Amino acid sequence: MENLGLIFAPLFSYKLLIVLFFGTIFGLVLGVLPGLGPTTGGALILPFTMTLDPLSAIVLLTAIYCAGTYGGAITAILINTPGTPAAAATCLDGYPLAQKGEAGRALGMATVSSVIGGIASVVVLIFFAPLLANLAYEFGQPEYFALAIFGLTMLASIGEGSPIKNLIAGAFGILISTVGKDFMTSIDRFTFGINELTEGIGFIPVVVGLFAISEMLTQSTLINQIFNRVALKAVKLPSIDDYKKTWKTIIRSSGIGSFIGVLPAEGGTVASLIGYAEAKRWSKKPEDFGKGSIEGIAGAEAANNAATGGAMVPTLALGIPGSATTAVILTGLIIHGVRPGPDLFREQPEFLYGIFGSMLIANILFFVLGFFGAKIFARITLVPNKLLWPMIFAVSVCGTYSLNQSIIDVWLMLLFGVIGFFMRRYGFSVVPVIIGLILGELVEGTLRQSLVIFDGNWLMFLQRPIALTFFVLSLIALSFPLIKRKKKNDKV
Amino acid sequence: MNDVHNEKGTNKSLSLFFKSSFIVSAVIILISSILLYFTFTFDIVPPILNRGIQPATFPKALLILIIALTLLTYFISLKNPWKNEKKLPNSFYITLLSFVVFITVSKFLDFFLGIALLSIIVSYFWGERRVAYLIMVSIIFPLIVFVFFETILGLRFPPGIITNLYYG
Repeated sequence: MENLGLIFAPLFSYKLLIVLFFGTIFGLVLGVLPGLGPTTGGALILPFTMTLDPLSAIVLLTAIYCAGTYGGAITAILINTPGTPAAAATCLDGYPLAQKGEAGRALGMATVSSVIGGIASVVVLIFFAPLLANLAYEFGQPEYFALAIFGLTMLASIGEGSPIKNLIAGAFGILISTVGKDFMTSIDRFTFGINELTEGIGFIPVVVGLFAISEMLTQSTLINQIFNRVALKAVKLPSIDDYKKTWKTIIRSSGIGSFIGVLPAEGGTVASLIGYAEAKRWSKKPEDFGKGSIEGIAGAEAANNAATGGAMVPTLALGIPGSATTAVILTGLIIHGVRPGPDLFREQPEFLYGIFGSMLIANILFFVLGFFGAKIFARITLVPNKLLWPMIFAVSVCGTYSLNQSIIDVWLMLLFGVIGFFMRRYGFSVVPVIIGLILGELVEGTLRQSLVIFDGNWLMFLQRPIALTFFVLSLIALSFPLIKRKKKNDKV
Repeated sequence: MNDVHNEKGTNKSLSLFFKSSFIVSAVIILISSILLYFTFTFDIVPPILNRGIQPATFPKALLILIIALTLLTYFISLKNPWKNEKKLPNSFYITLLSFVVFITVSKFLDFFLGIALLSIIVSYFWGERRVAYLIMVSIIFPLIVFVFFETILGLRFPPGIITNLYYG
């Protein structure tokens, strides 16, 4: 807590403020454009961050994360298409309210609730991350293995779509991480005689392929789609009456979002759906939901932005990404030589608190930019896909090539683009692949090191209380969808 | 959002083997089985150097898990069929073809020529007919990207008939 003063350090660094400003604008642009969003945008910008110092690079990525999550609401409200998956629930009431001629009011409520949710989650991050990091001092290899398994099972059970398909995707992600020289014995695995594969498959080709290129292929199937755009005159701050109706919802959704964000899963999307459902459940007028309820917008937007800070907690404290975007941020940390975990809190507090402070400032910045610039950002959606996507392709190709100057990386990016397209088409989420890829080395490394410690005795895992707790939680997480289905069947 | 139809309604006459759940499961299992076969070709480490498990054990376990879960998904799909996606339009196949053009041209002729060709193919077949915009998207924008990466990031792009003109 003695480091709390460091939160304000970014305010006194003109360089960080410039990075924050551009990161916020870039995040808003990415959030507004359907199909892009903070994960793809973060992956595209990663190579450029190599020209920055580590703190500026991570500040840039976190500003994109915060602003991008909010930006999705602008398109959700004005064209009934969520700019990001996390804004899907915002469409339900945002667009109907905009159709009634109240687009400014809807965007004003989305902006205010996003900022409150975002700031609340940064407060959770500031206080909870150091506590979790302290706890992590107790972790050895078996505990980290159990934690990684818990992360993957949580992702499967509370992520989007079928839990079994999520598990398959997660296992596929881990499998990708095994390509190349085995890090313990230097034995080649799945290299097929290709020299470039001995170093393994990089994160950037996979993430750019699975998100940007697969989205390009998806857009190629939607070229005749017509958006019905609602005109926006100006964003309006919520009235006193609106605040009276929504303050409880905003507080509740901020708590829900922060909590779900901490769990290793695709936080924002799940948080917004739960935040929306809870807002409806507690509302005095649940019949208004889906017809332009201001509470519905507040519930969804406060929750999805609250998940941003929450998802940074396991990312920074344990090195376990809380969402796909934090997986990109984690990669940014690693390529800049910063290893997240408890030691980071002890050795580089100024770095961490710089990130915390920057996230707070990013929330305030997107409030100002969103409030005064939403009309301009909304115009970005007028750029036709037939011009936008070839340009995104050029940036994707050059960005992917730039990290290792390898043409194989570019081909892998295209391959993963095609794989990602078909995965999404048949109901497999691509997010578990990314998390699996990030956690793959941790899962295998800690498993093998644990087995060395245990002299090959697998049952020794059960004699470690923390590891056992994580395994039990993993089992609960895996059985949760089954229990939910049984309850549903019983009701029917 | 893609429009979807319930497979039950539209695919009654189709045999089991043409259902998307069967095809997807079969492809996953086939690829996983081939990869599983390759794991048996990995070198075996002598026990003294072996850290816990053999290098092939972990990928083997993952592949068996993927096969088992895919079978489970397939059997669940018999009770709860998957949604049947709409047929893919020509624009998808043209975009896919443009990737092949890009790979071929960037490998044998020039990296930026590949990007320019892909951009013009995609933009044109997605509906852009204005020449100025086609030039912007296929020549001007890749040129800006090239200059940006070359000068700011100090990147050296692979040699080719156009990039060699720049590098001399």
